Amino acid sequence: MLRSKLTDEMVQFIQGAKDWTEAIRVASEPLLKQGYIEVRYVEAMISNVKSFGPYIVLMPKVAMPHARPEDGVNQMGISLMITEKSVSFDEEKSVNIFFVLAADDESSHLDLLKEISEFLTNEEKVSALLSAKKYEDVIKLL
Amino acid sequence: MKILAVCGNGLGTSFMLSLNVNKALKELGIDGECKNMDLASAKTEAADYYIGSPEIMEQLSYGNKKTISVVNMVNLNEIKEVLRKQLEVK
Repeated sequence: MLRSKLTDEMVQFIQGAKDWTEAIRVASEPLLKQGYIEVRYVEAMISNVKSFGPYIVLMPKVAMPHARPEDGVNQMGISLMITEKSVSFDEEKSVNIFFVLAADDESSHLDLLKEISEFLTNEEKVSALLSAKKYEDVIKLL
Repeated sequence: MKILAVCGNGLGTSFMLSLNVNKALKELGIDGECKNMDLASAKTEAADYYIGSPEIMEQLSYGNKKTISVVNMVNLNEIKEVLRKQLEVK
């Protein structure tokens, strides 16, 4: 499912971001443009981190920004952004890979999360994703 | 044994963590189940242990709640290690 959801227009490569809030905004742009999410969903993802801390950092270098379905999701989707320079969340947590998750209910995204979890368990794949430069590099890893 | 994986929303990070905690419990031969939940609900939900990222656990560690902090939600070895450590020390 990850492979079919991560279409060309959902994947971005950027140099870096001035801070993590900008990174989340840029990383969610494809979902916003395609109408998967509303602007308020982006703000909800940011305020979640502000109130609960950077728990969306799943492992070193990888974050999965997300909020709740009722925060402005129209359709389930996922976007991916890879930054050349790492983006820092706090002194310890810095990130280069952003999977922005938009879940439209409590359950339909769970298979997708299983897939992402399995992908992230594979160290070789994660390090290959970190050095991906174009869409083709990403899709062949999935 | 009931373990609750907790995150801010209870549907992303905590679900992913619960997958790996359940895997770890199985591999360690510990009889238990891990479910996932959001922080607000977890505050009033009883469980033997609560597991999640350090900043979420900080917000749960009051009273006599037993919390377990995990930094890497997908590293099965780290999760097994913290579970082994925490669950043996009763």
